[in-house]
Amino acid sequence: MTTSAPVLPKLIGERVKRREDPRLIRGLGTYVDDLKVTGMRHLAFKRSDIAHGTIRSIDTSAAAKMDGVEAVFTGADIAKVLAPMPIGTPFPSPAHYAVAVDVVRYAGEPVAVVVASDRYVARDAADAIVVTYDPLPAVVDPEAAMTGKPTVIHKDFPNNLAVALVPSGTGVAPDFSKVDNTAVDKAFADAEVVISQRMVNHRLVPNAMEPRGVLAHWEPGKDTMTIWSSTQNPHILKTMIAAMNGIGQHQVRAIAPEVGGGFGAKINIYGEEYVCSVVSKKLGLPIKWVEDRTEAFVATTHGRDIIAYVDVAARKDGKVLGLKMKLIADIGAYNMLLTAAIPTLTMLMANATYDIPAIRTTLTEVFTNKTPTDAYRGAGRPEATYFVERAMDMLAHELKMDPAEVRRKNFIKPNQFPYQTQMGAVYDSGNYDKALTAALKAANWDGLKAERDKARKEGRIVGLGLSMYVEVCGLGPSSSLPTGGWEHGQVTVERDGRITATTGASPHGQGNETTFAQMLADQFSIPFEHVTILHGDTGVVKQGIGTFGSRSQAVAGTALHLAGTKVKKKMAQFAAALLEASEDDIVFENGMVGVKGAPAKAKPFAAIAGYAYVPVPLPQGLEPGLSDEAFFEPANNTYPFGCHISMIEIDRETGEPKLLKLVAVDDAGNLINPLIVEGQIHGGLAQGIGQAMIEEAVYSDDGQLLTGSFMDYGMPRATDFPRFELSATVTPTPVNPFGAKGVGEAGTLGSTPCIVNAAVDALSGFGVKHVDMMLRPEKLWHLIKNAGQGGRA
Amino acid sequence: MIPVAFDYQRATSIDDAIAKLAASNGGKAIAGGHSLVPLMKLRLSEPGTLIDISKIPGLSGIRESGGRIEIGATTTHSDIASSTLLRDKCPMIAEAAAEIGDPQVRNRGTIGGSIAHADPAADFPAVMLALDADIVIKGKGGQRSVKASAFFRGFYDVDLAPGELITAVQFDPIKTAAYAKLHQRASHYAIVGAAAALTVKGGAIESARIGLTGATTHAIRLPGVEKALAGKKADGIAAAVHNAAADVPEVNVDLHASEDYRKAMIAVFVRRAVEKAIARS
Repeated sequence: MTTSAPVLPKLIGERVKRREDPRLIRGLGTYVDDLKVTGMRHLAFKRSDIAHGTIRSIDTSAAAKMDGVEAVFTGADIAKVLAPMPIGTPFPSPAHYAVAVDVVRYAGEPVAVVVASDRYVARDAADAIVVTYDPLPAVVDPEAAMTGKPTVIHKDFPNNLAVALVPSGTGVAPDFSKVDNTAVDKAFADAEVVISQRMVNHRLVPNAMEPRGVLAHWEPGKDTMTIWSSTQNPHILKTMIAAMNGIGQHQVRAIAPEVGGGFGAKINIYGEEYVCSVVSKKLGLPIKWVEDRTEAFVATTHGRDIIAYVDVAARKDGKVLGLKMKLIADIGAYNMLLTAAIPTLTMLMANATYDIPAIRTTLTEVFTNKTPTDAYRGAGRPEATYFVERAMDMLAHELKMDPAEVRRKNFIKPNQFPYQTQMGAVYDSGNYDKALTAALKAANWDGLKAERDKARKEGRIVGLGLSMYVEVCGLGPSSSLPTGGWEHGQVTVERDGRITATTGASPHGQGNETTFAQMLADQFSIPFEHVTILHGDTGVVKQGIGTFGSRSQAVAGTALHLAGTKVKKKMAQFAAALLEASEDDIVFENGMVGVKGAPAKAKPFAAIAGYAYVPVPLPQGLEPGLSDEAFFEPANNTYPFGCHISMIEIDRETGEPKLLKLVAVDDAGNLINPLIVEGQIHGGLAQGIGQAMIEEAVYSDDGQLLTGSFMDYGMPRATDFPRFELSATVTPTPVNPFGAKGVGEAGTLGSTPCIVNAAVDALSGFGVKHVDMMLRPEKLWHLIKNAGQGGRA
Repeated sequence: MIPVAFDYQRATSIDDAIAKLAASNGGKAIAGGHSLVPLMKLRLSEPGTLIDISKIPGLSGIRESGGRIEIGATTTHSDIASSTLLRDKCPMIAEAAAEIGDPQVRNRGTIGGSIAHADPAADFPAVMLALDADIVIKGKGGQRSVKASAFFRGFYDVDLAPGELITAVQFDPIKTAAYAKLHQRASHYAIVGAAAALTVKGGAIESARIGLTGATTHAIRLPGVEKALAGKKADGIAAAVHNAAADVPEVNVDLHASEDYRKAMIAVFVRRAVEKAIARS
């Protein structure tokens, strides 16, 4: 691992425009749905329209007879060639068939498969399949489900408990062999004030602009499988497709072409991917399935959906002595790849930015008859941030302290880093007071308070909210990821001096084609345009893990840099031979390779590259060519942080909330490209604000997703936002040579609690102490109308 | 999102469209497609034939003649929202158009389609009622004209026979009129939308027409409120409309608004529309 001080030459740190954009915004990108392979057939799924029931019969005869239909498979047929799907976490899990065999457990679960010559025929045939069910009671309320009510979904999981009361924090041995509550109990015994609140971090539908899609192509003559999929991690897909098809990894090539957003929901390896592959292998034909939007609402994993019972013990001066957080995660009907692990990240981040000496969290994960959950932008950390930051605001309110002051009183101090939390994390670096101070200044906090108070005198309902956040990013050492926590990069200097580099990251909006090219152009001192970054194809990129957990720059970026370092050294050796100089005196400058102190000897970069491939004479001890690779395994995660401030106004007559101001100070360490970083923050803010104010997945009592289309599930629009006011503090991480921490998810962490804090502040005059998201106008209207009646919606 | 198979025909004139509709056996006219296509994608509507009327010459456009305004059926929401004629002489319809959906919807959706489809929460039906507009309809039997108040009959039920086409709407422009809408934040349809058209003399309301959408099965007039507003000045509006929900027979209930909330919002948005309208006098 390299820990030397980062060097920041000319392109790193510059606002270079994304080179991806010209093709994407002109419609020149190639997505799965754009692909055609000779002989390709189309697959469609028949899905359950009820939430819970036993399959009594499936009549496929009408579908099978339709012109153009080539095959129909029930769940039982598929189960003969496809085992239940594996998960990526060490928790017990019920058998999960890609196509249901006897029981359906959520509306949208596949029950049969049709293969046809044409996508329209496939859909018509799926409609023609008749499934009859014996309905079972739908399990919708996770807290009722924990008592086995109204029924048990998986027979080996009593009371619907996927994970039951796993403790974490102070006094808990890493192997859970010992749970010592002494410190936590003492904190609450010593407390002068205790805050207790049930909070809900509700369920969201990820809604990437591009739904999922798969094209699987088994080539019988070659015994190879090529699978294109709209995924965030083609290398994991390759591994899983090989395992589930009983073939070697050397027989599989997985390709993520252009991917129109993932937001965590395209990490999971889905049943649809396995089904397309086994059907392709069985029929010997290329098989394509593209998810439509209606399917995507129920068939792609959802996010969040965690209830927390939060208790904070504090002194009257605002010092927090202890924290308890009882978490109940509604994970839906099945465990997916990372489902069970997501809420453990909520536990991991319970310390937040505060030096809290005693913390006890417990985690219970509950099966319900809903679409399964998995990662969604932030994945467990926005939930932790929300719970702690709401609680800190409630404490400030109780003690009549400024919300900034109570936070400041509890911050982990700069001289405490690396900081071992109660939850087992080691925060790499941080300066929380600096970010808070910068945000208060950027927002003109005291001025905003005066503005708020003036508005209130005019009868307006205006509130201010503040939130800190710290996130675990740059995942991570292999001990923290079942896939391995490294990343891979390969750098090739071509014969003409251009650079082709491959990365195991699989960007789908992160802009790594631009940022990684900036890095390598600087490293070799060649023009940006001379560097191409390839990704997303296991036939081209030898190894990789993928893009999630805000890890691309910190892990994959470093791997490329290390590969570049190796190649550059070899190139310097060729140059030393050609220029008759010492390797140590070779300098790379402005597209030239020269000798220190002898500028006249310099030759073009391309000339040295050409010599390396036609090495006459071949320098002693060197092989021809300029290509090398590196794996980078970080020693630790990174922990970016920041402070967000918002001002909202609530319409007294209608309850409609309007976001008036959003100030975000984010510290992601050193930035490669501030323009792309800001874009990432904008997107994160949109989704965080969306959760607070606009987005909510709502189920009916019988387990139907009531918000199953964009008619009822609101997506944030540009017109919903004020101009975001962004700035940064810079606290580099020591765990990678760039000092970069990661930023893809950060916007979703601070924004959500700061908006709810603002809403509660706005409604404080009506006796409101807490309101759960989303801030539906009607809910706020009731709070205003029922003022003085306990202040509950 | 995959509709059942259908035939597509493009009509070259109104008469051609009517002939094609008659020959199509259950075919549907399509212009912007922003009501029909979403239903087809969900297979809630399965017309065997679509007759595209969007390219018929003369069927779109905003015209003024003899003090009346006529808007062609295939005129888009965005053309109505940005019309300087309407902004000047009848701002209510332009401001209502500007609040429909999003820019993509407004660029494709048409006034004729919105009225013919008559979604219970669509904006234009309320505006047509407040303007006391005439809906001009053409069919095999020739042309006829229906008052908006007779056209909107019930839940997705309008006075339009199979084979008939809306060709235009006509109305007397009125400056003292306004539209106020509570947006459903996902669809941007109206939770309630109120259109108020007033005649004002000496600061007092002589007469009022109030159209309301989103509140019940279809857009309706509010006769009780209209009566209560007569003779009122600006300071009397709130009292006159506070019980506006009493004019609504069956109030819609959905995920976005309970009966209580929607009733309260009816009064709020009727008042806001009337106040905005009287401020234009």
